[in-house]
This record gives sequence, structure tokens and C-alpha cells, in this order.
Amino acid sequence: MLKVEKLDVYYGNIRALHEVSFEVKQGEIVTLIGANGAGKTTVLHAISGLVPARSGSIRFLDQELTALAPHKIVQLGLAHVPEGRRIFANLTVKENLEMGAYTRKDAKAVKADYEQVFTRFPRLKERLNQMAGTLSGGEQQMLAIGRTLMSRPKLVLMDEPSMGLAPLLVSEIFEIIKEINAAGTTILLVEQNAQMALSIADRAYVLETGRVVLQGEAQALANSEEVRKAYLGG
Amino acid sequence: MSKKTNTIASALIVALFLILLNLLVWFRVIGEYTSQVLTIAGINAIIALGLNLISGFTGQLALGHAGFMAVGAYTTAALLMKVNLPMALAVLGGALMSALFGFLIGLPTLRLRGDYLAIVTLGFGEIIRVLMINLPELTGGPAGLKGIPTYTTNFAWRPVIPFALVYLALTLVVVLLNNLLNSSHGAAIVSIREDEIAANAMGVNVFYYKLFAFTLSAFIGGLGGALYAPFFGYLSPNMFNFQKSVEFLIIVVLGGMGNLTGTVVAGIGLTYLQEILRFLKDYRLVIYPVILIIVMLFQPSGIMGLFGNKEFSLTRLVSKMLGEKPLGGEESSDKAGEVQ
Repeated sequence: MLKVEKLDVYYGNIRALHEVSFEVKQGEIVTLIGANGAGKTTVLHAISGLVPARSGSIRFLDQELTALAPHKIVQLGLAHVPEGRRIFANLTVKENLEMGAYTRKDAKAVKADYEQVFTRFPRLKERLNQMAGTLSGGEQQMLAIGRTLMSRPKLVLMDEPSMGLAPLLVSEIFEIIKEINAAGTTILLVEQNAQMALSIADRAYVLETGRVVLQGEAQALANSEEVRKAYLGG
Repeated sequence: MSKKTNTIASALIVALFLILLNLLVWFRVIGEYTSQVLTIAGINAIIALGLNLISGFTGQLALGHAGFMAVGAYTTAALLMKVNLPMALAVLGGALMSALFGFLIGLPTLRLRGDYLAIVTLGFGEIIRVLMINLPELTGGPAGLKGIPTYTTNFAWRPVIPFALVYLALTLVVVLLNNLLNSSHGAAIVSIREDEIAANAMGVNVFYYKLFAFTLSAFIGGLGGALYAPFFGYLSPNMFNFQKSVEFLIIVVLGGMGNLTGTVVAGIGLTYLQEILRFLKDYRLVIYPVILIIVMLFQPSGIMGLFGNKEFSLTRLVSKMLGEKPLGGEESSDKAGEVQ
């Protein structure tokens, strides 16, 4: 579904990614794990067109993304839940969800999708007319995910959904990610919380200073000595 | 259904109000002096509405709207004097020329992030002023441009016409902006102000909407200038200095960034206040900064914020500009403290 090949990204003269290659197949949860500054977020930004690729290719459903503007990429069905949630704090929950459906023209189907989001996140329905900035951290993350689902994505890029959340909420969010995947949406997950990410993913890639250093089945990686030492604390 | 009734009702109220105001001027209940002050106030409100579109709604600080006003005013004057165009076309031409300038400035600048638009528009305002001083064949140079044809007809008392025209234009601008901002285009524009990256992630064409808002903003600024030239009949480059640009910004901040009603109220109110305080001579210029400080301290969302409208504020705009981090700089810095 998504195939990244030999992707190079630079910030000025600094090389952030070195020939990163990986693949996400239809229906999978794939996770990119790695330490701070490994380039995980940069990979997602490059895929959704927020930073330009110096070289390499990113193909999504047989379309080359590297030359497309960010809004065109969203229209292809590739949605991005950005790091730090980035909900519209001064808009209401409802307006946030409306923005999620911004690219869609089919008003009827959009209405049905609101109901789906509300069944998945009943809390959002309770707080429909509240300013999104007044929600708790967990609710904001739910809103960020719900907002993304409103665009009916085929592939969702999730950047650090566990960031700044209490452990209990983190498990809840990961449960939700699993459910969304089970309902047919493919997911590329970027996480610092490697243990959590590996527990729900099918496959994983380990990034280190802009390079893919390890890859494989998530379960196998979770059990491998190298990964345990470097990322799972023993 | 009820929405439609509301629209019709508000349209009627506005129309009645406009007719009433015009009748008051017509029958000289509002005197000539007052009606002229109110005309200038209306023009200021129009230009401030244009500025509010780009700064208040789109979240991009622009500091040169006196420049757009000048482009509109001088273009209209030239079209009237050199080309002998009819008044309506000359005014439209002035506004369009200003929109063209806005488009040309926005095209390279709005691709950049943060404060570049503020810097470039600041420069633009000054460049236009200096250009007007140094193009005497077209603008009369520093001495100013005299003898611009004014709005006159044989059948009406003179102040009525500009007054009616300016308030008609003001109403049209408000209606246009109100419709735009309540559409999905408006949602896209506001989402850019709230969070550019998130707007991108929602599929909003951020650059397109910034350029669109800025060009329309320049058009409205130019329209104000275009209406001004035949009203006053005289233009001088120093009417369009930096202080004038700041005046528009203060109107927007006082009325509330992202609030149309507030801009109209503040635009008319502040212009009128300045006339009342004329006896203070140059000291009255101190009033504006004092108002600005008081608003930022106590009522950052502007006067309309008192009525429960939660809007954007200058404080937020500035912190947004200062706090904006380039893409990619986030991964290493933010989260070190959160790792357990």
C-alpha cells in the first residue's frame, strides 16, 4: 500500500534520513520505533508532504507522493495525526470534526461518520460544543484521532499518540488504534513507547540516527536481545 | 428556514438603518462636518475590515495597509484625471490595482512561515509612500495631487453622496466577508490561523488560502483608498505613512481580531474620537498607543469580547509568531522530559 524507497531528507545541510526504505501492506499496523532524534517524525512529515524529500521515492497506492502538495496527499486517503495532537484549541469539538471532513463532498456519508466517531468516542459527543482546548489530554488525543477518521482515510499516520498521557490512557488509546485497524484502516505508527507499539503492531522497523537498522515481525523484535537492551529497558 | 428568515430580517434592519442615516444627513440633522467625519470613519472601517481578514482571521500579521490604501487612491485619481473613466469604474480599478499588488507581494512571501509577511508589508507601505513622492508626473510629488474630480451631481446636497456610497460599500464588504467566513472556505482560513500544520493535515491548501485572503484583503484596502480619493479631492503621500497603517491595526485589535462587528464599531468610534480630541493637537496621537496597551492588558479579545465572543488576539498572534518552531526541530527538544 505504501512503499518508501531510499528516502533522503535534509534540514539545510543536516541529513535527517539516510536512504530509509520500508513498506506498509494493506490492513497492517506497522510501527517505526527509535530514540529521540532518530528521524521517526521526519519520515511521517516526508510522507505527508510537510518536508520535501531530497531523493528517493514514496509510493502510495501506485502514486508517487514526493511531488505532491500536502492537501493533495490527504485527498488520496492518507491522513496524518500529527505529533502533539494539534487539535484546533479555539474551535469547538464539532468544528474540529468538521475540519476533519474538509476534503469530503458527500454530506450524507459524512453525517454517518459523525455517528461512528461518537460511538467510538462517546466523550466527544458529550463535549460537542465545548472548546477543544478545554478537553483533557486523553480526550484531545481522541479528538485528534476522531478528526482524522472523519476524512475516511485508507492509511493513517500516527505520530506519538501516547505522548504526555497517563499509562492507563495510553492503553486505552492503543486499544482504540487496534479497533480502528480491525475495522479496515491500515496504520503506520510512530512511537517512543516501543513496548506498547510492538505489542499491537504486525511488523516493525527500528530507526537509529536516520537509518533503518532493524526490521521484522513485531513479536520477534520485541523478543530480540538487541531491541530489548536498547529500547525496552533490559 | 429560520436561517433564511434571519438573513432577510438582518438585511432589512441594515437597509433601514442605512436609509435612516442617509435621511438624517439629507435633512441636515447630521451636519456637514459630522457627516464628513463619519464618511472618513466608514472608509477607515472598510480598510480595517480588509486588514482583519488577513491578520485577525488568517493569523498573518500585515503592517502596510496604508500602502494598499495609497495604491487604490492614486490609481483611482489617475483613472479619473488621465483616462477620464466614469467614477464607478475608476473606484473599481483602484481596488483591483491594489489587489494586484497584494497578489504580487503575497506570491513569494506567503510561502515562508511566520513573520516574513509583517516585514515585507512594513517595507511595502514605506516603498509606496516614497515612490509616490518621487513620481511627480503621476502623483504631484510631495506637494500632493490636487483637483481630483469629486462625487458631485446637480441634484443632491454634496455630502450626501460620498456618505451614502461609503456606507453602501461598507455594508457590501461586511456581507461579503460574513458569507465568506461562514462558508467552508472560511473554516479553512480560520484553521490556518489556529494551526497551520494541522490545517495541512486536514487537506487545506494553506498557501492558496493565505494568498487568497491576502489578495482580498489588499482589494478591500484599495477599495477604501479608491473611495477616499474622490471624496477628499486631494492626495498627498504623507497621508499614507506608517502611522496610518498602525491606526488600522489598532482598530482591528480594539474591535477584536477575527470579529467583523467589532472592527466596524471600533473603526467608526476611534475615527470619531480622534476628531473630538482635535483640541489636544499632537497629543491626541498618544491616545492610540494608550488604547492599545489597555486593550492588550485587560481585554485582549477586543471590545466585542465583552459580549462573550471568544476571538483571536494580538497577544496570541505575537506569541504564535515567536513560538513557531520550524518543522523537524520538535522531535529532539520537546520530549526529553517526558521519557520515564
